[in-house]
Amino acid sequence: MSAPLLSVKGLRVGFATEEGVLQAVDGVNFDLWPGEVVAIVGESGSGKSVTAQTIIGLTRANNARIEGSVKLGGEELTSAEDAQMRQLRGERVAMIFQDPMTSFNPVYRLGDQIVEAIRAHRPDTSKKQGRERAVELFEAVGIPDAARRVDDYPHEFSGGMRQRAMIAMALALEPEVLIADEPTTALDVTIQAQILGLIEQLNREHNLATILITHDLGVVAEVADRVLVMYAGKVVEEGTLDEIFYDPQHPYTWGLLGSLTRLDRPRPHRLPQIAGSPPSLLDLPEGCPFRPRCPHEFSKCSQYPGLEARLADSPEHRDRCWLTPEEKREKRMVEGQIGLEAPREVGRT
Amino acid sequence: MTRFVARRLIGMIAVLFAVSVIVFVVFMVVPKQNPAQTLAGKNATPLLVKSIEEEWGFDESLPVQYATMMKKVFTGELTSYKPRLPVSDRIVEGIPATFSLTIGAAIIWLFFGLLLGYLSAIRAGGWLDRILTGVSIAGISIPVFLLAPVLIYFFTNKLEIFPNGQYVPFGEDPAEWLKHLILPWVTLAVLSIGFYSRVLRSNMLDVMNEDYVRTARAKGLSERQVMTRHVLRNSLIPVITLFGLDFGATIAGTAIITEKIYSIDGIGLYAAEAVAKFELPPIMGVALYGAFFVVLINTIVDIVYAYLDPRVRLGETASS
Repeated sequence: MSAPLLSVKGLRVGFATEEGVLQAVDGVNFDLWPGEVVAIVGESGSGKSVTAQTIIGLTRANNARIEGSVKLGGEELTSAEDAQMRQLRGERVAMIFQDPMTSFNPVYRLGDQIVEAIRAHRPDTSKKQGRERAVELFEAVGIPDAARRVDDYPHEFSGGMRQRAMIAMALALEPEVLIADEPTTALDVTIQAQILGLIEQLNREHNLATILITHDLGVVAEVADRVLVMYAGKVVEEGTLDEIFYDPQHPYTWGLLGSLTRLDRPRPHRLPQIAGSPPSLLDLPEGCPFRPRCPHEFSKCSQYPGLEARLADSPEHRDRCWLTPEEKREKRMVEGQIGLEAPREVGRT
Repeated sequence: MTRFVARRLIGMIAVLFAVSVIVFVVFMVVPKQNPAQTLAGKNATPLLVKSIEEEWGFDESLPVQYATMMKKVFTGELTSYKPRLPVSDRIVEGIPATFSLTIGAAIIWLFFGLLLGYLSAIRAGGWLDRILTGVSIAGISIPVFLLAPVLIYFFTNKLEIFPNGQYVPFGEDPAEWLKHLILPWVTLAVLSIGFYSRVLRSNMLDVMNEDYVRTARAKGLSERQVMTRHVLRNSLIPVITLFGLDFGATIAGTAIITEKIYSIDGIGLYAAEAVAKFELPPIMGVALYGAFFVVLINTIVDIVYAYLDPRVRLGETASS
């Protein structure tokens, strides 16, 4: 292996607002290799979607300040011309969105919207060729009766089928990178599994590098190779899927794992949750931003630790928590499972 | 489609019936004076009044009077009281003028309204947007009775480019027809240009935040393609509804001030005269004419609407 396909270094994205600069993403680093699925996990407002949208230049605006570097195959994207970014969207990096209900234009046929995507990059494609390709793509993503259904309008499709169509559109030009921004959030649980299965299958078949944005660790467990956990614009823990699930180091990750409901375990009295809510990005607490919600907070937490490998035997597993690995192993066990204890005091500092 | 047309036809009959009843009742319930008395003049003898009553049927019961009047509407025998002229003739004479005025103005207001709104929206917040916003607000604020004299003063009296009003039939002299209509068109269009540009601008700014616009960008469309194919296309849907209502109302003869100032002998002027003289037959005729076109144009708008938005299906329930 030489260089990663996509390399994000020190990415910072801030938005100027009336109340000051909102630092939505604050120093994110990761590499993405072909055929790999990297999951970015976090609550709303953690910066995961902004990170993904910044990669393909969708956050460019007058009030946005983007720092750091995003390289695709060695080519710098943060400073690329708008026209260059446009050529790369859809062609090399494709994106699918959370809500398939609203992500298609309701007034055009689905097939036509796919043809539009193809012709935006290959203007010499005839409408007929484009339509044939759309049928092919519909078949590839498992939409039955594809030849007829490409002429349907979005409202004639169910949610799951629409998300399949969305994936079909994303694959139209055989991109190298697929960014899936909460692809299953708006879907029924049974459909979620199907869509995740589809993403995984395509990822293998096409050696597609995938960034999966989600707040649902259950989704991550299905498909991800590596996981980045984000909180308040920063990565608080990163590692392989197994490292994150079986040896989580950051209390926030414990909380996310603890709030997964599982059928193979005794039913809890109350659904576990992480107390409190994420801090305002305009008014972050000093030190660790998770501190106000963390039951294990202590004196050192007034300083924010760097993202470092704290376990001798796994150098790629990094986190931002001052607790020692031994303390972590002990504190993360709640009633025999990984979780986050109820806080000593609920609320914010 | 057939079901849709059939339903609309029935709807139209119902609307026309309701309009005729309302006009009739209002006219009969708000009498400032017995119409026969008015017709007979101030110093008429009771005998004269009586004979006029009998002649026009004012002594009959209201339902009978209504039935007689409706019969006359359908046979085209409806006449005004004084002078005694057929209402249908006068409406037919007025139609070319009113249609020329309204259709021309509508084309101008739709074209410039959409153009200004589009430019304003794609440059939202910039200097062009601010200038266009100012222009639009000014257009909405200037009343027709002020705008028209100002235009006449400059373009007719000072510069002598356009003649002062009057209507020249197209068949008589197309060039003169155009020359005479340009000022009235502008006068009638200015308010709507301002209004439509504001509506389109705000629709477009809403649509720009839609998820499918983000999708369009994510698939690599150029900014112009995103704006025209996705943002503008979807923003037009509510504008079309508005246009149907406005255009219908104007065709129906509401451009009274413009017709009056430019001495265009159209439906609006006729309606104004009839109301001033308090004569039921022409009021009834104009009201029915107006209602007919309002319903007709809105039916056409509904058909266009279904074409613009595939989620709307004509005359069908949700089944597809």
